[in-house]
Order: sequence, then C-alpha cells, then structure tokens
Amino acid sequence: MKNKSLVTITDFSKEEYLRILEVAAEFEANSYQNLLNGQVVGVLFFEPSTRTRLSFESAINRLGGRVIGFTDSATSSVTKGETLNDTIRVVTNYCELIVMRHPLEGSVRYASEIANVPVINAGDGSNQHPTQTLLDLYSIQKTQGKLNDLNIFLVGDLKYGRTVHSLLMALSEFNATFYFISPDELRMPDEYKMYLEELGLKYYESTELDDNMKNADIIYMTRVQKERFSDPIEYERTKNAYVLKNHMLEGTRDNMRVLHPLPRVNEIHTSVDSNPKAYYFQQTENGVYVRQAIIALMLGLK
Amino acid sequence: MKNNKLEVSAIKDGTVIDHIPADSLFKVVSILRLDHLQGMITFGTNLPSKKHGKKGIIKLSDVYFQDKDINRISLVAPEAKLNVIRDYQVVEKKDVEVPDDIYSIVKCDNPSCITNHEAVPTRFLVINRKKLKLRCHYCEKITDKEHMVIL
Ligand SMILES: [Zn+2]
Repeated sequence: MKNKSLVTITDFSKEEYLRILEVAAEFEANSYQNLLNGQVVGVLFFEPSTRTRLSFESAINRLGGRVIGFTDSATSSVTKGETLNDTIRVVTNYCELIVMRHPLEGSVRYASEIANVPVINAGDGSNQHPTQTLLDLYSIQKTQGKLNDLNIFLVGDLKYGRTVHSLLMALSEFNATFYFISPDELRMPDEYKMYLEELGLKYYESTELDDNMKNADIIYMTRVQKERFSDPIEYERTKNAYVLKNHMLEGTRDNMRVLHPLPRVNEIHTSVDSNPKAYYFQQTENGVYVRQAIIALMLGLK
Repeated sequence: MKNNKLEVSAIKDGTVIDHIPADSLFKVVSILRLDHLQGMITFGTNLPSKKHGKKGIIKLSDVYFQDKDINRISLVAPEAKLNVIRDYQVVEKKDVEVPDDIYSIVKCDNPSCITNHEAVPTRFLVINRKKLKLRCHYCEKITDKEHMVIL
C-alpha cells in the first residue's frame, strides 16, 4: 500500500482491507504513536465537512504529524480562480500526503494523477468516500467478530447513497447476503445487483422493514432525502416507513448492530440511541483508528 | 460501379474510409485530425447508400492508419469500412472496432464531473460494447449512446 493513493474502495484488494483493519486494531489499543514525527500532511477541504476533517486531523495529530491546508475553498486561493491542477502541483511540494475533499466528482482521481505524494479521498461530490467504507468494515468486524457470511441490511436511499454502494462492493468479498430495503424509486441500481449475481451472492429486495429484520446481523441505515423523489407526495407517503424505532428492534439477533454513516436526520428515532444495539456513535470513533491505519500504511510506517 | 468512380476519384496508394454516416463525416475528420495532414484528401458526402440513406467517404493518398487510431472513429461511425489501397488495388479491408479505452473524444455526461470544469482530457472505460456504455475514469458515472457528445 506504500505510496498508493486511495480514491475508490476498489483501489485496494481484500488483503489490503484486512491489513488496514488489523493495523486499525493496533491503533485502537494504542492510539498515540509518534510515527509521523512532525511530518506534514496537507488537508485540503474544497468544501466544508467538519466531521470528516476533524476525524482526519485527530488521526494525523495522534500520529505526531502536522497539518496544513484549508477548510473551505472560500478561504483559499481557489476563490481567486486557481485551477485544481495548480493547487495540487504547489501543495504536493509542501507535504508527504494529501487528504482531499472536493465537490466535483472525479476531482480526487485527477489530483492523484498530478500529485507526487499519495492522495486520500475524503469525498468527491456524490462519488466516493472510501475511508467511510473502511471504517464501516472495521465496525462490522469489531461487533460481529468476523466479516464473512453476514446478513447485511441496507436501508433507505439505495439509489444515490454512495456509502451503501461502496460498502456493497467491499462486503461482496466476504460472502455477504444482502437485504435491500428502500422505496421503489430509490432501489439499488441494477449494475450492483448484476455484480452480485455474477459473484453468485444472494440478495433480497423489499420496500418494508418488517419481520425480515430478525435475520439481520447488521442494519445499515441511510438518509432518505426529499429532493431525491420526483413526486413529493410519494416522499410524504413513504418517509415514515424508513424510520427505525426502538420497539422494532425487539426479536432481532443479540449480535445485531445498527450502523449509520451520520449525520442522521430522522431515520433513526432517538429512542434507539440508548439501545445496546445502536452502534453509530462508536462507529465514528472507529473512524479515527482506521484513518490512522490508512495514513501509516500509505506512508510505509507500518 | 461506373457512377461511383465519377463521384470520388480513385487513389493510387493510401486509405479509403467508406460507409461513414453523412452527418458524422466532419466528426471523423476532427477525431482523426485530418485537417493537419499535408497530403491529398478527397471527401465525399451525402452519397447514396443502401445501409445509411446517405453516406460519407474519405480518400487519403499515402496515409495508412494504426488500428488503435482508426478505432477512435468507431463511436461516430461504427459501420465504417477501411480499404487499404496499393497501386489502385484494395489489398486489405477492415472494420472499425470499439476500443477498450476512449481518450479525449467523448464529453462526460455528468455535469458535476471534474472533466467538465477543468482542462482534463476525458477518459472512459468501455463497459458495454454493443450498447456503447462508457464509464468515466474520473467520476465513474456512465455515459451511454443517447447522451454521447463528441468533443
Ligand atoms: Zn466524468
């Protein structure tokens, strides 16, 4: 993984995922390790995302690194009309690694082709956010004790949700069985279903969260956004069907955990928060260890 | 046969690209950058064709193409036929094939793609040859036949 960029989850192999999870566990046991020893990391956020940025900055600081960059293109030279190409050509001389978020899709792939240091994608528009997927994998492995042969429920917006698509790609390496629960308009795109069929993996589709939940090992919730619906009446009619409430978790497996990439709006009722099966806040904590592992491995420090 | 010969004169050595849809003729010229060539080129367009209604034809003296170059026109002229001419004789006939990768020919259909905002040469992987579905190397979104715009 040394010197390799991470733009999309399929840039890494199954073996590389497993190595990242292994190193993440080492950081969870001992998070402060001065491996970067003052080395500089460029954190370039061309659009704001406080949660993701703080997670990366916490990871870099725990590794003893220093951060340069900007938190929003409004405060950088980008507002003066500088091209991405020029910004990356300059910043690549100032640091050992670039973490980048940008509103345009494909921008991070392009940056990784220009930069002479590795680049980590912290989100490129609606396209990819691979460190989210790796922290999801880590959370699944940690709560289930394994990654293989799990029943994975993906709930909500399965059409546009980039996190569910990347998670599907990653878990397809581990013989998962998928349950797609979504409104008709936001179903899992055919290309992903065909991909699973080619691999001989099973999936089920439903428009409702019901008795089927008793089989779940992981319920992965996502936001159902009003603007995704062509018909606002359809949204009003279906929105409550994808809200998880505490009583719905009765009868689910003991090992079952509820995940969510956060921020949530109302798709998980706050009554679920105190249920031991709710795991979405611990999930964010795992993000720091996973990002430490990715940075350390990409710089050849582990 | 005689009529055809009158419409576009024969060449001694070179390449004839036939069966170009008439409305794609100038796209073919631009993709192959024929405007930069120094040699003799004859264009014919709106010629009657059994297959296409109207077809275009290009005759290039002393020019021969590599497969990878000529395949670049497959997106606009999928049924084009190449005739390699030596001493007035057709010595080889070739079809064009859709290549695996498409560079700098097609515009990405995704308005939020970096290639539509900055001077990035476009690049696509052909994921379905028959239906002409291209996946952008950058934004990973699909551009298909109906939405294909040639740069
Ligand atoms: Zn694109």
